[in-house]
Amino acid sequence: MSTAAFTERRWAPPLVGFGSAVLALVAVEILVRVGLINRFIVPLPSEVAESFARVITEEDILRRFLQTGWECLASGLLLTVFGVLIGVFMHRLPLFRRACETWVAAFASAPLVLAYPLFLVLFGRSALTIIMLAFLSGLPPVILKTLEGLLATRRVLLNVGRSFKLTPTQQFWKILFPSALPTIFVGIRLGLIFALINVVGVEFLINFGGLGHLINELAERYDLPGVYAAICFVILVSVIFFMVTERAERWLKSVG
Amino acid sequence: MAVASTSSRVTPLTQADPVILVADSIDMRFATPEGDVTALDNVSFDVASGEFLAVIGPSGCGKSTLFNIIGGLLTGYGGRVTVAGETISGPHRSIGMVFQEESTFPWRNVIDNVAFPLEIAGVPRRERLERARHFVSMVGLDGFEKRYPAELSGGMRQRVSMARTLASKPKILLMDEPFAALDEQTRLLLGDKVLQIQQQLKQTMLLITHNITEAVQLADRILVMTYRPGRMKRIVDIKLPRPRTSEIVSSEAFGRYVAQIWSDLREEASRGMNDDESRALHAHDHKPQGHGA
Repeated sequence: MSTAAFTERRWAPPLVGFGSAVLALVAVEILVRVGLINRFIVPLPSEVAESFARVITEEDILRRFLQTGWECLASGLLLTVFGVLIGVFMHRLPLFRRACETWVAAFASAPLVLAYPLFLVLFGRSALTIIMLAFLSGLPPVILKTLEGLLATRRVLLNVGRSFKLTPTQQFWKILFPSALPTIFVGIRLGLIFALINVVGVEFLINFGGLGHLINELAERYDLPGVYAAICFVILVSVIFFMVTERAERWLKSVG
Repeated sequence: MAVASTSSRVTPLTQADPVILVADSIDMRFATPEGDVTALDNVSFDVASGEFLAVIGPSGCGKSTLFNIIGGLLTGYGGRVTVAGETISGPHRSIGMVFQEESTFPWRNVIDNVAFPLEIAGVPRRERLERARHFVSMVGLDGFEKRYPAELSGGMRQRVSMARTLASKPKILLMDEPFAALDEQTRLLLGDKVLQIQQQLKQTMLLITHNITEAVQLADRILVMTYRPGRMKRIVDIKLPRPRTSEIVSSEAFGRYVAQIWSDLREEASRGMNDDESRALHAHDHKPQGHGA
Protein backbone atom coordinates (compact mmCIF):
# COMPACT_ATOMS: atom_id res chain seq x y z
CA MET A 1 0.00 0.00 0.00
CA SER A 2 1.38 3.42 -0.98
CA THR A 3 1.83 6.21 1.60
CA ALA A 4 -0.92 8.24 -0.06
CA ALA A 5 -3.35 5.29 0.07
CA PHE A 6 -2.49 4.65 3.74
CA THR A 7 -3.06 8.32 4.62
CA GLU A 8 -6.54 8.15 3.10
CA ARG A 9 -7.62 5.19 5.27
CA ARG A 10 -10.12 5.97 8.01
CA TRP A 11 -8.19 4.00 10.62
CA ALA A 12 -4.82 5.59 9.73
CA PRO A 13 -4.98 8.62 12.12
CA PRO A 14 -5.92 6.59 15.27
CA LEU A 15 -3.36 3.94 14.34
CA VAL A 16 -0.61 6.53 13.88
CA GLY A 17 -1.69 8.25 17.12
CA PHE A 18 -1.58 5.00 19.07
CA GLY A 19 1.72 4.03 17.45
CA SER A 20 3.25 7.41 18.36
CA ALA A 21 2.16 7.03 21.99
CA VAL A 22 3.63 3.51 22.16
CA LEU A 23 6.91 4.74 20.60
CA ALA A 24 7.11 7.64 23.07
CA LEU A 25 6.56 5.25 26.01
CA VAL A 26 9.20 2.84 24.69
CA ALA A 27 11.61 5.79 24.35
CA VAL A 28 10.91 6.87 27.96
CA GLU A 29 11.35 3.25 29.14
CA ILE A 30 14.77 3.10 27.45
CA LEU A 31 15.84 6.55 28.73
CA VAL A 32 14.86 5.62 32.30
CA ARG A 33 16.51 2.19 32.09
CA VAL A 34 19.83 3.61 30.82
CA GLY A 35 19.68 6.25 33.55
CA LEU A 36 19.27 9.35 31.39
CA ILE A 37 16.03 10.08 33.26
CA ASN A 38 15.98 9.70 37.03
CA ARG A 39 13.59 6.86 37.92
CA PHE A 40 12.76 8.59 41.25
CA ILE A 41 11.14 11.35 39.19
CA VAL A 42 9.75 9.40 36.26
CA PRO A 43 8.83 5.77 36.85
CA LEU A 44 9.24 3.12 34.18
CA PRO A 45 6.20 3.07 31.87
CA SER A 46 6.13 -0.72 32.33
CA GLU A 47 5.80 -0.21 36.11
CA VAL A 48 3.01 2.29 35.54
CA ALA A 49 1.23 -0.29 33.34
CA GLU A 50 1.62 -2.93 36.07
CA SER A 51 0.29 -0.55 38.72
CA PHE A 52 -3.03 -0.10 36.89
CA ALA A 53 -4.41 -3.38 38.20
CA ARG A 54 -3.38 -2.46 41.77
CA VAL A 55 -4.85 1.04 41.53
CA ILE A 56 -8.12 -0.33 40.16
CA THR A 57 -8.53 -3.12 42.71
CA GLU A 58 -7.08 -1.52 45.85
CA GLU A 59 -7.83 2.20 45.54
CA ASP A 60 -11.56 2.24 44.91
CA ILE A 61 -10.89 3.83 41.52
CA LEU A 62 -14.41 3.61 40.14
CA ARG A 63 -15.90 5.63 43.00
CA ARG A 64 -13.11 8.21 42.76
CA PHE A 65 -13.38 8.37 38.98
CA LEU A 66 -17.13 8.93 39.22
CA GLN A 67 -16.65 11.52 41.96
CA THR A 68 -14.20 13.57 39.85
CA GLY A 69 -16.37 13.03 36.78
CA TRP A 70 -19.46 14.23 38.62
CA GLU A 71 -17.68 17.33 39.96
CA CYS A 72 -16.45 18.08 36.43
CA LEU A 73 -19.90 17.56 34.99
CA ALA A 74 -21.54 19.85 37.57
CA SER A 75 -18.96 22.61 37.09
CA GLY A 76 -19.04 22.08 33.30
CA LEU A 77 -22.82 22.47 33.21
CA LEU A 78 -22.68 25.54 35.43
CA LEU A 79 -19.96 27.25 33.41
CA THR A 80 -21.72 26.45 30.13
CA VAL A 81 -25.09 27.79 31.26
CA PHE A 82 -23.80 30.88 33.07
CA GLY A 83 -20.90 31.54 30.69
CA VAL A 84 -23.11 31.51 27.59
CA LEU A 85 -25.85 33.52 29.32
CA ILE A 86 -23.42 36.19 30.52
CA GLY A 87 -21.76 36.26 27.07
CA VAL A 88 -25.14 36.78 25.38
CA PHE A 89 -26.04 39.42 27.95
CA MET A 90 -22.79 41.30 27.31
CA HIS A 91 -23.43 41.10 23.56
CA ARG A 92 -26.91 42.53 23.99
CA LEU A 93 -25.74 45.38 26.23
CA PRO A 94 -22.77 47.13 24.60
CA LEU A 95 -22.27 49.43 27.59
CA PHE A 96 -22.03 46.45 29.93
CA ARG A 97 -19.65 44.80 27.46
CA ARG A 98 -17.35 47.81 27.27
CA ALA A 99 -17.46 48.17 31.04
CA CYS A 100 -16.74 44.55 31.95
CA GLU A 101 -14.90 42.78 29.13
CA THR A 102 -11.45 43.72 30.45
CA TRP A 103 -12.37 42.57 33.93
CA VAL A 104 -13.51 39.20 32.66
CA ALA A 105 -10.27 38.84 30.68
CA ALA A 106 -8.25 39.76 33.78
CA PHE A 107 -10.31 37.30 35.83
CA ALA A 108 -9.37 34.56 33.31
CA SER A 109 -5.69 34.87 34.19
CA ALA A 110 -6.18 35.14 37.96
CA PRO A 111 -4.88 32.10 39.92
CA LEU A 112 -8.27 31.51 41.49
CA VAL A 113 -7.20 28.19 42.99
CA LEU A 114 -5.20 30.14 45.60
CA ALA A 115 -8.50 31.40 46.99
CA TYR A 116 -9.44 27.87 48.10
CA PRO A 117 -9.29 28.74 51.84
CA LEU A 118 -12.01 31.33 51.25
CA PHE A 119 -14.14 28.75 49.47
CA LEU A 120 -13.53 26.30 52.33
CA VAL A 121 -14.93 28.90 54.71
CA LEU A 122 -17.91 29.57 52.42
CA PHE A 123 -18.84 26.01 51.41
CA GLY A 124 -16.96 23.75 53.86
CA ARG A 125 -14.65 20.82 52.99
CA SER A 126 -17.11 19.45 50.47
CA ALA A 127 -17.68 18.77 46.80
CA LEU A 128 -19.41 22.15 46.59
CA THR A 129 -16.12 23.96 47.27
CA ILE A 130 -14.47 21.99 44.45
CA ILE A 131 -17.36 22.57 42.04
CA MET A 132 -17.62 26.30 42.75
CA LEU A 133 -13.88 26.88 42.34
CA ALA A 134 -13.80 24.86 39.12
CA PHE A 135 -16.91 26.64 37.82
CA LEU A 136 -15.52 30.12 38.49
CA SER A 137 -12.12 29.23 37.01
CA GLY A 138 -13.69 27.94 33.80
CA LEU A 139 -16.23 30.74 33.46
CA PRO A 140 -14.17 33.55 31.81
CA PRO A 141 -13.17 31.68 28.62
CA VAL A 142 -16.81 30.67 28.03
CA ILE A 143 -17.99 34.28 28.49
CA LEU A 144 -15.24 35.72 26.30
CA LYS A 145 -15.58 33.14 23.53
CA THR A 146 -19.38 33.43 23.50
CA LEU A 147 -19.02 37.16 23.12
CA GLU A 148 -16.35 36.78 20.44
CA GLY A 149 -18.48 34.31 18.48
CA LEU A 150 -21.57 36.52 18.59
CA LEU A 151 -19.63 39.67 17.64
CA ALA A 152 -17.88 37.85 14.78
CA THR A 153 -21.18 36.93 13.09
CA ARG A 154 -20.89 38.38 9.60
CA ARG A 155 -23.13 41.37 8.96
CA VAL A 156 -24.33 39.92 5.68
CA LEU A 157 -25.81 36.89 7.50
CA LEU A 158 -27.71 39.22 9.82
CA ASN A 159 -28.88 41.16 6.77
CA VAL A 160 -30.16 37.91 5.24
CA GLY A 161 -32.19 37.42 8.40
CA ARG A 162 -33.48 40.98 8.25
CA SER A 163 -34.41 40.59 4.58
CA PHE A 164 -36.51 37.54 5.54
CA LYS A 165 -38.13 39.62 8.30
CA LEU A 166 -36.93 37.42 11.16
CA THR A 167 -38.06 38.39 14.64
CA PRO A 168 -35.25 39.23 17.12
CA THR A 169 -35.72 35.79 18.71
CA GLN A 170 -35.50 34.05 15.34
CA GLN A 171 -32.51 36.20 14.42
CA PHE A 172 -30.76 34.97 17.57
CA TRP A 173 -31.63 31.27 17.37
CA LYS A 174 -31.47 30.87 13.59
CA ILE A 175 -28.45 33.04 12.77
CA LEU A 176 -26.46 34.52 15.65
CA PHE A 177 -26.31 31.42 17.84
CA PRO A 178 -25.45 28.84 15.15
CA SER A 179 -22.91 31.22 13.66
CA ALA A 180 -21.24 31.66 17.07
CA LEU A 181 -21.53 28.00 18.04
CA PRO A 182 -18.04 26.82 16.95
CA THR A 183 -16.41 29.67 18.91
CA ILE A 184 -18.69 29.06 21.91
CA PHE A 185 -17.57 25.42 21.96
CA VAL A 186 -13.93 26.49 21.86
CA GLY A 187 -14.74 28.49 25.02
CA ILE A 188 -16.56 25.55 26.62
CA ARG A 189 -13.61 23.24 25.91
CA LEU A 190 -11.18 25.77 27.38
CA GLY A 191 -13.50 26.23 30.36
CA LEU A 192 -13.65 22.45 30.88
CA ILE A 193 -9.84 22.25 30.82
CA PHE A 194 -9.66 24.96 33.50
CA ALA A 195 -12.45 23.26 35.46
CA LEU A 196 -10.82 19.81 35.36
CA ILE A 197 -7.44 21.24 36.42
CA ASN A 198 -9.14 22.98 39.31
CA VAL A 199 -11.27 19.98 40.30
CA VAL A 200 -8.20 17.72 40.54
CA GLY A 201 -6.06 20.51 42.02
CA VAL A 202 -8.52 21.37 44.79
CA GLU A 203 -9.19 17.69 45.52
CA PHE A 204 -5.43 17.38 45.89
CA LEU A 205 -5.13 20.50 48.07
CA ILE A 206 -8.02 19.83 50.45
CA ASN A 207 -7.49 16.06 50.41
CA PHE A 208 -11.09 15.38 49.55
CA GLY A 209 -13.02 13.63 46.81
CA GLY A 210 -11.88 11.71 43.77
CA LEU A 211 -8.77 11.35 41.65
CA GLY A 212 -6.93 14.43 43.00
CA HIS A 213 -7.32 13.05 46.50
CA LEU A 214 -6.02 9.67 45.30
CA ILE A 215 -3.01 11.30 43.58
CA ASN A 216 -2.23 13.11 46.85
CA GLU A 217 -2.42 9.86 48.85
CA LEU A 218 -0.26 7.92 46.37
CA ALA A 219 2.30 10.76 46.22
CA GLU A 220 2.53 10.79 50.01
CA ARG A 221 3.19 7.03 49.90
CA TYR A 222 5.77 7.78 47.19
CA ASP A 223 3.97 5.36 44.89
CA LEU A 224 5.05 7.07 41.66
CA PRO A 225 3.76 4.40 39.23
CA GLY A 226 0.41 4.65 41.05
CA VAL A 227 0.45 8.47 40.72
CA TYR A 228 0.99 8.21 36.97
CA ALA A 229 -1.70 5.55 36.64
CA ALA A 230 -4.15 7.83 38.50
CA ILE A 231 -3.16 10.72 36.20
CA CYS A 232 -4.13 8.48 33.26
CA PHE A 233 -7.63 8.28 34.76
CA VAL A 234 -7.73 12.10 34.96
CA ILE A 235 -6.84 12.15 31.26
CA LEU A 236 -9.67 9.66 30.67
CA VAL A 237 -12.14 12.06 32.34
CA SER A 238 -10.86 14.80 30.03
CA VAL A 239 -11.19 12.58 26.94
CA ILE A 240 -14.77 11.65 27.87
CA PHE A 241 -15.76 15.29 28.33
CA PHE A 242 -14.17 16.30 25.05
CA MET A 243 -16.04 13.52 23.26
CA VAL A 244 -19.29 14.65 24.88
CA THR A 245 -18.74 18.30 23.84
CA GLU A 246 -17.90 17.21 20.30
CA ARG A 247 -21.14 15.20 20.11
CA ALA A 248 -23.12 18.07 21.61
CA GLU A 249 -21.66 20.52 19.10
CA ARG A 250 -22.47 18.23 16.19
CA TRP A 251 -26.02 17.74 17.45
CA LEU A 252 -26.59 21.46 17.97
CA LYS A 253 -25.24 22.17 14.49
CA SER A 254 -27.64 19.66 13.00
CA VAL A 255 -30.66 21.28 14.65
CA GLY A 256 -29.42 24.90 14.12
CA MET B 1 -31.19 47.73 -35.13
CA ALA B 2 -31.11 50.96 -33.19
CA VAL B 3 -28.43 50.99 -30.54
CA ALA B 4 -30.59 52.26 -27.73
CA SER B 5 -33.45 54.44 -26.95
CA THR B 6 -32.99 56.45 -23.81
CA SER B 7 -35.37 58.11 -21.43
CA SER B 8 -35.11 59.96 -18.17
CA ARG B 9 -37.61 57.72 -16.42
CA VAL B 10 -38.39 54.05 -16.67
CA THR B 11 -41.74 53.14 -18.07
CA PRO B 12 -43.37 49.70 -17.97
CA LEU B 13 -42.37 47.12 -20.56
CA THR B 14 -45.75 47.13 -22.20
CA GLN B 15 -49.07 48.68 -21.35
CA ALA B 16 -50.12 45.31 -19.91
CA ASP B 17 -47.22 45.11 -17.44
CA PRO B 18 -48.16 46.92 -14.23
CA VAL B 19 -45.56 48.89 -12.32
CA ILE B 20 -44.52 46.87 -9.28
CA LEU B 21 -41.71 48.95 -7.82
CA VAL B 22 -41.40 52.70 -7.64
CA ALA B 23 -38.41 54.58 -6.27
CA ASP B 24 -39.48 58.17 -5.94
CA SER B 25 -36.98 61.02 -5.39
CA ILE B 26 -34.57 58.98 -3.27
CA ASP B 27 -31.99 61.06 -1.41
CA MET B 28 -29.45 59.75 1.04
CA ARG B 29 -26.82 61.63 3.00
CA PHE B 30 -24.21 60.20 5.33
CA ALA B 31 -22.42 62.14 8.02
CA THR B 32 -18.65 61.59 7.84
CA PRO B 33 -15.76 63.21 9.74
CA GLU B 34 -15.14 65.34 6.61
CA GLY B 35 -18.75 66.54 6.55
CA ASP B 36 -22.00 65.32 4.99
CA VAL B 37 -21.66 63.14 1.90
CA THR B 38 -24.56 62.89 -0.52
CA ALA B 39 -24.69 59.26 -1.62
CA LEU B 40 -27.91 59.51 -3.64
CA ASP B 41 -29.55 62.58 -5.07
CA ASN B 42 -33.08 62.55 -6.40
CA VAL B 43 -33.07 59.04 -7.84
CA SER B 44 -36.44 58.08 -9.32
CA PHE B 45 -37.41 55.11 -11.41
CA ASP B 46 -40.03 52.43 -11.64
CA VAL B 47 -39.93 48.77 -12.55
CA ALA B 48 -42.66 46.85 -14.34
CA SER B 49 -43.74 43.38 -13.32
CA GLY B 50 -41.54 40.78 -15.03
CA GLU B 51 -38.95 43.36 -16.02
CA PHE B 52 -35.20 43.07 -15.60
CA LEU B 53 -33.64 46.39 -14.65
CA ALA B 54 -29.92 46.80 -14.12
CA VAL B 55 -28.46 49.72 -12.21
CA ILE B 56 -24.91 50.45 -13.27
CA GLY B 57 -22.38 52.98 -12.09
CA PRO B 58 -18.79 53.37 -10.97
CA SER B 59 -17.67 52.46 -7.46
CA GLY B 60 -18.89 55.09 -5.02
CA CYS B 61 -22.02 56.04 -6.95
CA GLY B 62 -24.35 54.76 -4.23
CA LYS B 63 -25.45 51.53 -5.92
CA SER B 64 -25.25 49.46 -2.76
CA THR B 65 -26.95 52.23 -0.78
CA LEU B 66 -29.79 52.09 -3.27
CA PHE B 67 -29.89 48.28 -2.91
CA ASN B 68 -30.14 48.57 0.88
CA ILE B 69 -32.81 51.25 0.70
CA ILE B 70 -35.02 49.25 -1.68
CA GLY B 71 -34.42 46.13 0.42
CA GLY B 72 -35.56 48.02 3.51
CA LEU B 73 -32.24 47.62 5.30
CA LEU B 74 -31.50 51.35 5.42
CA THR B 75 -33.62 54.07 6.90
CA GLY B 76 -33.20 57.82 7.17
CA TYR B 77 -33.42 58.47 3.42
CA GLY B 78 -35.50 61.05 1.62
CA GLY B 79 -38.23 60.11 -0.86
CA ARG B 80 -40.13 56.85 -0.86
CA VAL B 81 -40.11 53.34 -2.20
CA THR B 82 -43.37 51.60 -3.00
CA VAL B 83 -43.96 47.95 -3.81
CA ALA B 84 -47.25 47.21 -5.55
CA GLY B 85 -48.53 50.55 -4.30
CA GLU B 86 -47.50 49.98 -0.69
CA THR B 87 -44.85 52.32 0.76
CA ILE B 88 -42.17 50.29 2.46
CA SER B 89 -40.54 51.22 5.75
CA GLY B 90 -38.32 48.20 6.28
CA PRO B 91 -37.70 44.73 4.83
CA HIS B 92 -40.71 43.64 2.78
CA ARG B 93 -41.86 40.09 2.06
CA SER B 94 -42.29 41.00 -1.61
CA ILE B 95 -38.60 41.79 -1.99
CA GLY B 96 -35.98 39.06 -1.96
CA MET B 97 -32.34 40.04 -1.65
CA VAL B 98 -29.23 38.33 -3.02
CA PHE B 99 -26.11 39.86 -1.54
CA GLN B 100 -22.72 40.52 -3.04
CA GLU B 101 -20.87 38.85 -0.17
CA GLU B 102 -21.04 35.13 0.44
CA SER B 103 -24.24 34.77 2.44
CA THR B 104 -25.07 31.07 2.67
CA PHE B 105 -25.29 29.70 6.20
CA PRO B 106 -22.16 27.57 6.64
CA TRP B 107 -23.81 25.38 9.29
CA ARG B 108 -26.62 24.32 6.94
CA ASN B 109 -26.34 22.08 3.92
CA VAL B 110 -27.63 23.21 0.52
CA ILE B 111 -31.18 21.93 0.92
CA ASP B 112 -31.53 23.36 4.45
CA ASN B 113 -30.12 26.69 3.28
CA VAL B 114 -32.66 26.86 0.49
CA ALA B 115 -35.48 25.71 2.80
CA PHE B 116 -34.63 28.46 5.34
CA PRO B 117 -37.33 31.00 4.39
CA LEU B 118 -39.92 28.20 4.27
CA GLU B 119 -38.85 27.07 7.74
CA ILE B 120 -39.31 30.65 8.99
CA ALA B 121 -42.73 30.70 7.36
CA GLY B 122 -43.64 27.55 9.33
CA VAL B 123 -43.96 25.20 6.36
CA PRO B 124 -43.83 21.54 7.58
CA ARG B 125 -40.42 19.90 7.10
CA ARG B 126 -41.39 17.38 4.42
CA GLU B 127 -43.16 19.99 2.33
CA ARG B 128 -40.45 22.60 2.66
CA LEU B 129 -37.73 20.13 1.64
CA GLU B 130 -39.77 19.18 -1.39
CA ARG B 131 -40.22 22.81 -2.36
CA ALA B 132 -36.58 23.60 -1.65
CA ARG B 133 -35.51 20.71 -3.92
CA HIS B 134 -37.42 22.37 -6.76
CA PHE B 135 -35.41 25.58 -6.37
CA VAL B 136 -32.12 23.70 -5.94
CA SER B 137 -32.88 22.04 -9.24
CA MET B 138 -33.82 25.36 -10.81
CA VAL B 139 -30.36 26.80 -10.11
CA GLY B 140 -28.75 23.62 -11.44
CA LEU B 141 -27.47 22.15 -8.19
CA ASP B 142 -29.14 18.72 -8.35
CA GLY B 143 -27.06 16.18 -6.48
CA PHE B 144 -25.53 18.79 -4.16
CA GLU B 145 -28.44 18.91 -1.69
CA LYS B 146 -26.49 17.39 1.20
CA ARG B 147 -23.28 19.33 0.59
CA TYR B 148 -22.22 22.14 2.89
CA PRO B 149 -21.26 25.59 1.51
CA ALA B 150 -17.59 24.95 2.36
CA GLU B 151 -17.67 22.08 -0.14
CA LEU B 152 -18.96 24.28 -2.98
CA SER B 153 -17.34 26.78 -5.32
CA GLY B 154 -18.06 30.52 -5.09
CA GLY B 155 -20.46 30.37 -8.05
CA MET B 156 -22.34 27.42 -6.55
CA ARG B 157 -22.67 29.19 -3.22
CA GLN B 158 -24.15 32.25 -4.94
CA ARG B 159 -26.62 29.97 -6.70
CA VAL B 160 -27.60 28.54 -3.31
CA SER B 161 -28.20 32.11 -2.07
CA MET B 162 -30.31 32.81 -5.13
CA ALA B 163 -32.32 29.60 -4.70
CA ARG B 164 -32.87 30.46 -1.02
CA THR B 165 -34.21 33.88 -1.95
CA LEU B 166 -36.37 32.46 -4.75
CA ALA B 167 -37.83 29.93 -2.30
CA SER B 168 -39.40 32.83 -0.41
CA LYS B 169 -41.29 33.62 -3.63
CA PRO B 170 -40.50 37.33 -3.77
CA LYS B 171 -42.28 39.56 -6.24
CA ILE B 172 -39.01 41.38 -6.85
CA LEU B 173 -35.58 39.78 -6.80
CA LEU B 174 -32.99 42.34 -5.82
CA MET B 175 -29.38 41.39 -6.54
CA ASP B 176 -26.29 43.33 -5.50
CA GLU B 177 -23.39 42.28 -7.75
CA PRO B 178 -23.99 38.62 -6.95
CA PHE B 179 -21.29 37.43 -9.34
CA ALA B 180 -18.73 40.16 -8.68
CA ALA B 181 -16.24 37.75 -7.12
CA LEU B 182 -16.43 35.22 -9.96
CA ASP B 183 -14.33 34.86 -13.08
CA GLU B 184 -15.70 36.16 -16.39
CA GLN B 185 -16.58 32.75 -17.90
CA THR B 186 -18.46 31.62 -14.79
CA ARG B 187 -20.18 34.98 -14.68
CA LEU B 188 -21.42 34.61 -18.27
CA LEU B 189 -22.66 31.08 -17.65
CA LEU B 190 -24.41 32.09 -14.44
CA GLY B 191 -25.94 34.95 -16.40
CA ASP B 192 -27.52 32.29 -18.64
CA LYS B 193 -28.90 30.61 -15.55
CA VAL B 194 -30.37 33.91 -14.30
CA LEU B 195 -31.97 34.57 -17.69
CA GLN B 196 -33.44 31.07 -17.70
CA ILE B 197 -34.89 31.53 -14.21
CA GLN B 198 -36.29 34.93 -15.04
CA GLN B 199 -38.00 33.55 -18.09
CA GLN B 200 -39.32 30.50 -16.25
CA LEU B 201 -40.73 32.44 -13.28
CA LYS B 202 -41.48 35.70 -15.09
CA GLN B 203 -39.54 37.14 -12.19
CA THR B 204 -39.08 40.87 -11.74
CA MET B 205 -35.38 41.43 -11.19
CA LEU B 206 -33.29 44.40 -10.20
CA LEU B 207 -29.56 43.97 -10.57
CA ILE B 208 -26.97 46.29 -9.11
CA THR B 209 -23.68 45.94 -10.97
CA HIS B 210 -20.60 47.72 -12.21
CA ASN B 211 -20.10 45.20 -15.02
CA ILE B 212 -21.34 46.56 -18.35
CA THR B 213 -21.30 43.16 -20.12
CA GLU B 214 -23.35 41.58 -17.37
CA ALA B 215 -25.88 44.43 -17.41
CA VAL B 216 -26.35 44.30 -21.20
CA GLN B 217 -26.49 40.50 -21.24
CA LEU B 218 -29.27 40.37 -18.66
CA ALA B 219 -31.31 43.55 -18.56
CA ASP B 220 -34.31 44.97 -20.37
CA ARG B 221 -33.19 48.42 -19.27
CA ILE B 222 -30.09 49.84 -17.73
CA LEU B 223 -30.07 52.77 -15.37
CA VAL B 224 -26.69 54.52 -15.61
CA MET B 225 -25.67 56.44 -12.49
CA THR B 226 -23.23 59.26 -11.99
CA TYR B 227 -20.29 59.18 -9.63
CA ARG B 228 -20.86 60.81 -6.23
CA PRO B 229 -23.45 62.11 -5.65
CA GLY B 230 -25.31 59.21 -7.24
CA ARG B 231 -27.78 60.65 -9.72
CA MET B 232 -29.54 59.08 -12.68
CA LYS B 233 -27.55 59.86 -15.78
CA ARG B 234 -29.50 57.93 -18.34
CA ILE B 235 -31.81 54.96 -18.81
CA VAL B 236 -30.96 52.77 -21.75
CA ASP B 237 -33.49 50.37 -23.27
CA ILE B 238 -31.78 47.14 -24.30
CA LYS B 239 -33.62 45.91 -27.32
CA LEU B 240 -31.79 42.64 -27.72
CA PRO B 241 -34.04 39.67 -28.52
CA ARG B 242 -35.30 37.33 -25.81
CA PRO B 243 -34.86 34.55 -24.87
CA ARG B 244 -31.18 35.39 -24.59
CA THR B 245 -28.11 33.38 -23.81
CA SER B 246 -24.50 34.35 -23.28
CA GLU B 247 -23.98 33.87 -27.02
CA ILE B 248 -25.46 37.32 -27.43
CA VAL B 249 -22.19 38.86 -26.24
CA SER B 250 -20.60 38.15 -29.62
CA SER B 251 -23.29 40.05 -31.54
CA GLU B 252 -22.66 43.44 -33.08
CA ALA B 253 -25.64 45.03 -31.34
CA PHE B 254 -24.36 43.83 -27.99
CA GLY B 255 -21.02 45.50 -28.65
CA ARG B 256 -22.75 48.75 -29.57
CA TYR B 257 -24.73 48.75 -26.32
CA VAL B 258 -21.57 48.08 -24.34
CA ALA B 259 -19.78 50.92 -26.16
CA GLN B 260 -22.63 53.31 -25.58
CA ILE B 261 -22.89 52.56 -21.87
CA TRP B 262 -19.12 52.76 -21.51
CA SER B 263 -19.12 56.19 -23.11
CA ASP B 264 -21.69 57.24 -20.49
CA LEU B 265 -19.76 55.63 -17.68
CA ARG B 266 -16.25 56.57 -18.70
CA GLU B 267 -16.51 60.15 -17.53
CA GLU B 268 -18.02 59.01 -14.21
CA ALA B 269 -15.42 56.29 -13.67
CA SER B 270 -12.65 58.84 -14.40
CA ARG B 271 -14.10 61.22 -11.86
CA GLY B 272 -14.22 58.40 -9.34
CA MET B 273 -10.63 57.43 -10.04
CA ASN B 274 -9.38 61.02 -9.81
CA ASP B 275 -11.28 61.47 -6.57
CA ASP B 276 -9.74 58.29 -5.11
CA GLU B 277 -6.26 59.38 -6.17
CA SER B 278 -6.60 62.88 -4.75
CA ARG B 279 -7.89 61.45 -1.47
CA ALA B 280 -4.97 58.99 -1.31
CA LEU B 281 -2.57 61.86 -2.01
CA HIS B 282 -4.25 64.01 0.60
CA ALA B 283 -4.03 61.21 3.16
CA HIS B 284 -0.35 60.72 2.29
CA ASP B 285 0.42 64.47 2.65
CA HIS B 286 -1.13 64.46 6.12
CA LYS B 287 0.85 61.46 7.33
CA PRO B 288 3.48 62.32 9.94
CA GLN B 289 6.87 62.40 8.21
CA GLY B 290 9.93 60.64 9.64
CA HIS B 291 12.89 62.77 10.65
CA GLY B 292 15.90 62.49 8.36
CA ALA B 293 19.45 62.44 9.65
